[in-house]
Amino acid sequence: MIKRRLNIRMSGLGGQGAVTAAHVLAMAANRDGKFSISNPFFGAEKRMAPAESYCRIGIERIYDRGELVFPDVIQVFHPQVITMGKSYTMPFYSGVKEGGVVIINSDQPLLSNDDVERLKDLNVAVFYIAGTELAIEVAGTELSTNMAMIGSVTGITKCVSMEALDGALQERFGKKFVASGGTASLDEAIKKKFAKKEMLLAKNLATVKAAYEIASEWADKNKVELRIGSPAVVA
Amino acid sequence: MASAHSVIGTQNKKGQTFTDTWKMLYEAPRTPSFFTGSEVIKEALRRASCDVMIAYPITPQSEAAALIGELFAEGYIGDYFRGESEFAVMSQCAGAAFGGARVFTTTAGPGTMRAMENFPMWAGARLPIQMIVTCRGINSPLSIQPDTLEIAYLLNTGMLVWHAETAQDFYDWILKGYMVSEEPDVHLPLALCCDGFFVTHTKDVVNLTPADMCLPPYDPYRSPVPCMDMECPPVRMMRDPFVMKSNYISYATHASWQQEIWAAIERSRKHSIHWLNGLIDTENTDAEILIVASGTAVSQGREAIRLLEEEGVRCGLVKVKTLRPWPEEEIREATKNAKHIFVPEFNVTGWLAKEIKATIPNHERVHAGPRVCGGMTMPPEIIVNEIKTTIGLKKSFVMAGRGS
Repeated sequence: MIKRRLNIRMSGLGGQGAVTAAHVLAMAANRDGKFSISNPFFGAEKRMAPAESYCRIGIERIYDRGELVFPDVIQVFHPQVITMGKSYTMPFYSGVKEGGVVIINSDQPLLSNDDVERLKDLNVAVFYIAGTELAIEVAGTELSTNMAMIGSVTGITKCVSMEALDGALQERFGKKFVASGGTASLDEAIKKKFAKKEMLLAKNLATVKAAYEIASEWADKNKVELRIGSPAVVA
Repeated sequence: MASAHSVIGTQNKKGQTFTDTWKMLYEAPRTPSFFTGSEVIKEALRRASCDVMIAYPITPQSEAAALIGELFAEGYIGDYFRGESEFAVMSQCAGAAFGGARVFTTTAGPGTMRAMENFPMWAGARLPIQMIVTCRGINSPLSIQPDTLEIAYLLNTGMLVWHAETAQDFYDWILKGYMVSEEPDVHLPLALCCDGFFVTHTKDVVNLTPADMCLPPYDPYRSPVPCMDMECPPVRMMRDPFVMKSNYISYATHASWQQEIWAAIERSRKHSIHWLNGLIDTENTDAEILIVASGTAVSQGREAIRLLEEEGVRCGLVKVKTLRPWPEEEIREATKNAKHIFVPEFNVTGWLAKEIKATIPNHERVHAGPRVCGGMTMPPEIIVNEIKTTIGLKKSFVMAGRGS
């Protein structure tokens, strides 16, 4: 399916970097010359509390903002979003558009039979990726889980280029970044995991790439196509 | 006035050139940047020749306040500190402005409410303080999410009140705001409002003016009331105030002074029209269906208009930029052809719809909605549904997603 706009909802837990992931993805889309907007939605900043962020990418100026009620892609950053209902909606996939994709960070299936049936009826494909394990394996820290999630959505939708992602990551982590107290302390935490800033950037990009490959292969194999473009031009 | 003009072309201590504001905003090259609204506030302040910024943390303005602290550390702000509470901050802002400083502050939701006593005081004292209001829920149960109810409370304070739609509005209006509120025939505080998170925490493209250009500094001797200096101390107001007299003169003074504040808001019209290119923006106002909105509701309205176009329904748009001064004549003119006027709002009471109803003839044309509140999002589909149901294109609607 070719769409003028791709709506991505990222459901995670506080501290996982879902907000950062949406911002980085939108920054990359902007670098690619596409139109994009990203924004977060969360309560009091607290580790492990539900936190969501939204990234809209398209071929025309985007005004829509706020909570993404009708997403094409839903990314679940943590199993507890599903298993403990740490989501702004129940079920977590409510509002998902027909032909959409659900990407779940888990090494094992989490959906009930009812959920599986419901998503099948909506022609929504479900992709599991062990993103946290991948982050630990490639970057050496679970703090890079959000990079695996960026890689997986990019691998399936090709919504941004790898060059643009590289640039966006450098822009976000390569220089001093002032944010809220919570974000600032997490930034410090991840910087301590790496000897040098270049290492942080390289390992994070490697995590993005590794997830991209896995997701891209899955999409090819299962013939899942969800791209941004002008439907008129394609027809 | 003369002193402000004399510095044009010279440099400040950071090497920025004091530039004619019109040239800076309309003629100098712009650089596209992909920033959050908070980062945009910082970049506007970098160029605003601001003397004093006073901060107090409250979501969703905390990031902007912290970023301006960085600017102070870099040397772009004259002075910066954290007050003890929002009430203290707004009182301290008054002190700084009495002393002749260009003052900036930011607040949100319960902070705005807590500091409320100061706003009519600012207006009465004719202090051209600029306050960013990043609107959020104000009531219990506690919410940090966007909700524009607090704007309703600001409308009768005697402040200028503008409502920005995007971060680009924000950037330009922070700089233009000082130009309007520092005019001698205005000289009033400005509440520059936006919807929290939707603007402050959203990354969007914003075109910035050059970082090496800044506004001419504030000239306190353009104030229409005596500024506070060694020859004119504030003691008179405290020791010998009219309020202690209780005679005809004191009542007459207070009455005429209130009228003067509102006359100053009226006089700000011409300056606001000049700097903002009109108090409202309009698109396709010959359509029978119109959306009239301010802030983020304008953006959601634009998306709804796109969706309606795909279905062959034509809908126009009125973006209300200034709430004080209220664009009465402009709205009357823009809505004269409309049979249905929809006013989407992010608050429970629908204050904008009430203002519009009080302004136009045949106000049964005004449909006060859709409205969301308490931090809910307004998907464009909700606006489309409200319009289609009202004009009879659709009987019922079931929201498949959230909020159902």
